[in-house]
Amino acid sequence: MPLLDSHPPRTPVAARRLVLAHVSATYVEDGQTLTALDDLSLSVTDGEFVALIGPSGCGKSTLLDIISGLYTPSAGDIRLDGETTTTASRLGRTAYMRQRDLLMPWRSALDNAALALEVHGTPRRRARTLARARFAEFGLVGFEDAYPAQLSGGMRQRVAFLRTVLAERPLLLLDEPFGALDALSRVGLQTWLLDRWEAAAQPTRQAVLLVTHDVDEAIFLADRVVVLTPRPGRIAHIEPIDLLRPRRREMVTSAPFLAHRATLLAALGLLPSTPDPAVSTP
Amino acid sequence: MTVTSRREVGDRIGRWLWPALVLLALLAAWETAVRLADTPRWMLPPPTAVAAALRDDRALLLPNAWVTLQEILLGFALALLAGLLTGVAIDSSRTIERALYPLIIASQTIPLVALAPILLIWFGYGLLPKVLVTALVAFFPLAVNTVDGLHAADGETLALLRSLGASPGQRFRLVKLPSALPHLFTGARIAITFSVVGAVFGELVGASAGLGYLMERAGAQFQTARVFAAIVLLALIGVTLFASVALLERLLLPWRRHVTRE
Ligand SMILES: Nc1ncnc2c1ncn2[C@@H]1O[C@H](COP(=O)(O)OP(=O)(O)OP(=O)(O)O)[C@@H](O)[C@H]1O
Ligand SMILES: [Mg+2]
Repeated sequence: MPLLDSHPPRTPVAARRLVLAHVSATYVEDGQTLTALDDLSLSVTDGEFVALIGPSGCGKSTLLDIISGLYTPSAGDIRLDGETTTTASRLGRTAYMRQRDLLMPWRSALDNAALALEVHGTPRRRARTLARARFAEFGLVGFEDAYPAQLSGGMRQRVAFLRTVLAERPLLLLDEPFGALDALSRVGLQTWLLDRWEAAAQPTRQAVLLVTHDVDEAIFLADRVVVLTPRPGRIAHIEPIDLLRPRRREMVTSAPFLAHRATLLAALGLLPSTPDPAVSTP
Repeated sequence: MTVTSRREVGDRIGRWLWPALVLLALLAAWETAVRLADTPRWMLPPPTAVAAALRDDRALLLPNAWVTLQEILLGFALALLAGLLTGVAIDSSRTIERALYPLIIASQTIPLVALAPILLIWFGYGLLPKVLVTALVAFFPLAVNTVDGLHAADGETLALLRSLGASPGQRFRLVKLPSALPHLFTGARIAITFSVVGAVFGELVGASAGLGYLMERAGAQFQTARVFAAIVLLALIGVTLFASVALLERLLLPWRRHVTRE
């Protein structure tokens, strides 16, 4: 069974899963208009893993809210699988994992994982059976009946991730899925996510749009890394990553990896050529 | 989780033992004081006399207790239904909230003492006016806690449900209702104790049966031991109902026992 499988593609292989054209977003608060995203165009093809990095507050979560249908952009077109969409028509089309794990404290791990299936109309008993079948693969066996308060941070993230995967949508939107974790669990879960995603058969693999603050995580996981500018978010740089798949942890010290990292840090404005900020800051 | 430690067993015993000991000591002090001072029985009967009244008057006490219990349960059920519907309506629309909520709060300043005689005029001496008084006092904590509980539903979790394509009905059933339940139970625990007071109050204003009615009659005839016997039964009803609500809460919300870590 493929691990991160999805519905068979309705469009030819390598078709555009997601196309964003000239998307802008604003928030109005106390009469003040705040531009969060400004004229952003981007596309994600079938089975592609795209990472989005940018400074805090540049509009990354806003972008995922827009793609999932939770927020209406002030301008721009969004196509999913070639179809033009509206905000309302995008609801339920993507599998969105938000920054917080959002597990429901009154549902067991199993029932939390089965949530998306239940919402999509699978009878509860069948939804639980389907979710239970994936617990081993997500390293959660034995915790089916545990409540979220009884799980560790890493386990909670994995339950939230399983819930997202079980939504079985062709596009995964992941907003800092490992952001709340310590460095060690973080590396563990990255490798684990990568293994699962790379093991899925190419034509049915879900496309992923991953938001992260972590440059290394972006390079390690993604086919392309998109760098956004500080607010209002625009595309500052797109970096195709030429590391072979399957990726291995050792690659993080390889020359191409370090070269990507230097380029990306510079694009983020974190690596100015001169002078060294650590020395010159007052 | 399932392991019952010695400490836990000790806690459980202590929870019952200490109040029981205090109660026994109070009863003993009462008995001794009344006997030593030779207080007349019509003024303050000793606990043993109350126990005797409970035994001897049971043919009178139990049917009246049953009437009062019915009033309490019917009134509480009516308040629960009305409180839930009002809470859901207030939560569903800002306009309804603005229109209704202040009125509900303001209604709490009306003394029920003023309403009970009117209900008596409208509905007579039967069960109905007592059920209504009971429902009136129990309504407020139920409605307000329902509103608070529904409002407490996490906005991001609701957004997650929307992103999954959930209908408003699904969002209510899967997020709002479970979030509201702990608050609703808080309201129910308050409301059930209010209900006991409400039913007795309704009976005191005018009734032909019930423990409140019995107390008033017995009081007028200086059968003070019987009044105390009725009070004991009322306390038993109150404690049993409260414990039932608490037990139901434990059974329906098993996850609540695990949230302390957060
Ligand atoms: N609901 C809202 N109302 C008003 N302003 C908002 C709202 N949500 C976000 N913003 C503003 O929009 C900008 C972009 O927010 P967003 O959450 O998309 O940033 P982000 O890139 O995800 O940041 P982070 O990396 O810290 O999660 C921020 O300046 C934020 O203050
Ligand atoms: Mg964010």
